[in-house]
Amino acid sequence: MQSTSLTVNGNAVSVTAHGDTPLLDVLRNHLGLVGTKFGCGQEQCGCCMVLVDGRPEKSCGKPLSTMAGKAIVTIEGLGTPDRPHALQQAFLDEQAGQCGYCLAGILISAKALLDRNPSPSRAEIAAALDDNICRCGSHVRILRAVERAARLMRKGAAQ
Amino acid sequence: MSASLTLPALLASNPRLDQWVGFSTRGRVTVSTGRVEIGQGVLTAMLQIAAEELDVAPERILLQTGDTDLTPNEGYTAGSQSIQFGGVALRMACADVRALFLDHAAANFGYTRADLAVRDGAITLRGEPTGHDYWSLAAAVDLRRDATGQALTKSVRDYSVVGQSAPRVDLAAKVFGEPVFAHDVVLDGMVHARVVRQPRRGAAIASIDEAALRRAAKGPIEIMRHGNFIAILGADETVVEAVAAVAPNHVVWDGVDPINPFQEEARWLLQQPSIDRTIGPPPPSEPTPGTTRHEATYTRMHVAHASVAPSCGLALYRDGRLTVWTHSQGVYPLRDALVRTLKLDPAAISVKHVQGPGCYGHNGADDAAADAAVIAFLTPGKPVKVRWRRDEEFGFEPVSPAMVTTARATLDASGRPVDWTTEIWSGRHSSRPGGGGNLLAAEALPDPPPHPPAVEGGYPPGAGTRNGEPLYDFPAKRIVHHLIAETPVRTSSLRGLGATLNVFAIEGLIDELAERAGEDPLAYRLSILSDVRARAVVEHVARISGWQAGLPSGTGRGRGIAFARYKNMAAYAAVVAEIEVEESVRLNRVWCAADAGLVVNPDGAINQLEGGIIHAASWALKEGVRLDGTGISSRDWENYPVLRFSEVPEVTVELVDPGADRPCLGVGEASGGPTVAAIGNAVAHALGARLRDLPLTRERIMAALLRA
Repeated sequence: MQSTSLTVNGNAVSVTAHGDTPLLDVLRNHLGLVGTKFGCGQEQCGCCMVLVDGRPEKSCGKPLSTMAGKAIVTIEGLGTPDRPHALQQAFLDEQAGQCGYCLAGILISAKALLDRNPSPSRAEIAAALDDNICRCGSHVRILRAVERAARLMRKGAAQ
Repeated sequence: MSASLTLPALLASNPRLDQWVGFSTRGRVTVSTGRVEIGQGVLTAMLQIAAEELDVAPERILLQTGDTDLTPNEGYTAGSQSIQFGGVALRMACADVRALFLDHAAANFGYTRADLAVRDGAITLRGEPTGHDYWSLAAAVDLRRDATGQALTKSVRDYSVVGQSAPRVDLAAKVFGEPVFAHDVVLDGMVHARVVRQPRRGAAIASIDEAALRRAAKGPIEIMRHGNFIAILGADETVVEAVAAVAPNHVVWDGVDPINPFQEEARWLLQQPSIDRTIGPPPPSEPTPGTTRHEATYTRMHVAHASVAPSCGLALYRDGRLTVWTHSQGVYPLRDALVRTLKLDPAAISVKHVQGPGCYGHNGADDAAADAAVIAFLTPGKPVKVRWRRDEEFGFEPVSPAMVTTARATLDASGRPVDWTTEIWSGRHSSRPGGGGNLLAAEALPDPPPHPPAVEGGYPPGAGTRNGEPLYDFPAKRIVHHLIAETPVRTSSLRGLGATLNVFAIEGLIDELAERAGEDPLAYRLSILSDVRARAVVEHVARISGWQAGLPSGTGRGRGIAFARYKNMAAYAAVVAEIEVEESVRLNRVWCAADAGLVVNPDGAINQLEGGIIHAASWALKEGVRLDGTGISSRDWENYPVLRFSEVPEVTVELVDPGADRPCLGVGEASGGPTVAAIGNAVAHALGARLRDLPLTRERIMAALLRA
């Protein structure tokens, strides 16, 4: 057991757990942030995507020992019903989802994309989401929603 | 307004009105439905139906769903039947409730009944407020009575909520990462558990290396063994998961019957003993002079549900009562199966639905819930959470059976069928719990239940036989069905059941016949299709896709069209697919036109049709379960590839309004078969050679090109 300090959604936290505990388990079981989902535990599906120092990473494969001092952003850190992130608003506007289990990871991947590329093409959005599996077939709506969010964010930035 | 004197079946079996509607909180309406949210958006549609028929704002409604303590027993949420049947029952119940309140107001306050109406829960007299509403009269109007079916339901012309696109009531919580899934449920003092699965049905534990399991544990664990049921329990999920991952290496099993890995391809079915039957007239004994015959055989591998996450169940057994939380499609049937497994009284078991990852049929959800129930039963007082591992879900969920379908036509001089046979070889498409057994945990316990016999549902709608009968105008049609009782892996229902391959085969052969006749596939179809609604969707999809006759084949680019009415009794759907082929298929665009009768939530229906198209495109191009000598070997997303974002086509879906007050028709599975078939037809058009074995992978394309 060891104590590891990191930042989650802007809050400094200290977690006491084995160093090889996956970041996903730290978030869900130690910190009670269950918005980030378990999908495969093999870094193949993207359900557990979070931002680590701004980069999209699959939290199921990131041991706690490598997270010391890192800044993590989860779906809970994106926005709230009162103050939704442009992506969350756009996903609601486009009704982009069915079961919704994959959405937390997809929203995080999309945020990472829009943070580095405010005007992505449809193909660039699709490529950025290729690590995320959606099985209900909401893809087309999700692609539209990310395009809409990009427009919202550009408009917001221009004002 | 229209009156119905016979009750909808689900209202007849759940007649008490207080099972459906309640007004116990002022300003709120509690509406119960046995239907559960499995990703399809049914909650929103049910809410719209209730709001419409009760005349209350949708925001006032609290929905209770899938709970053996609270909601009607509607069996399974499956088969695209929720709106078509469950919605009809809910609508009638709500109409009855509304009528009871108006009858009461008329009888007690001297109003003329015909002058009364409801506006957002308030009773009005010729449009003016009366001061009475559902809540003020709730104590006086006893809903502990049976539905009569005599109330007038609203006319479609008066609808203001049903028929309008409504945002999904469940989506916001998911977009903000709120805890909505079974996987997110945390119970006080909960232990996490994983099961070490029997590799095959009937396998018996020879030895367990408990010392090795304990060495693999970085914290306290408990090893539970009961019969051939083994579980690892512990307070720390990380510890339990790590032990479970290596546990199969430390248990030796007896009685593991090997399987033949070649059975991953479907043609082995042709050599198996089968239960046979013919639906329709017997085949003609003599060939009719002047006719010719043409047939082709189409196959499909086993297909996984492959939900985006593995299944999860929770349970607590305390003071002689068992409570189970599950994302099963049927809380009542699961309760019945647990009654038999645990020898408990039905009244001692509560099963409650909690949402899970998208569900397309009988996946691991019931088994995970049963795992939790068994472990909880053996550790009274302790809440138990079982979340399957990814490889466990791939390896042990029931899969959709491999199938072979031969479509066979006798053609007249114009090349049109005068006789049609669809001959089907398939394992069982249903092995749900509730019918006795069919729970993995139960099979591992001492005194396991007998293996339930393979059954095929009655036709229509059929299971393996589903959509085996083309809707085209052929003078004689029949289905010859061979039900294969023994399959190498457990099989059960997946979205579309047999319709997926049957529509692929039928619509493939129709294209082959059009080509033989030297006619365009669209024109050929319309020449043999008199069903008005069917023609409307086919013509509509041709129009929106800009269908052109006579485009050359074999150019590497292709278009295909296909049509089916799901089950021949649910929604009509016609699909056009546009593809390119080099070494593999690139699906560029898909258009779909569908007629679902009265549509409760148009955007919800379109979302379902779109989802069905992309799901089916993944089946058509990618999905097939791999086997090795012990069972399913495709146990991760690399070995079971599915369509990814950069591979999805542009999709256009339009609803075709049938133009009159038509009943609702289920849409959830309507677009799958036509999509697979349209892609198959487009690939044949692009290659100038037909591939009849799914999935249409790069390897199969290359092999076809080499043969050509």
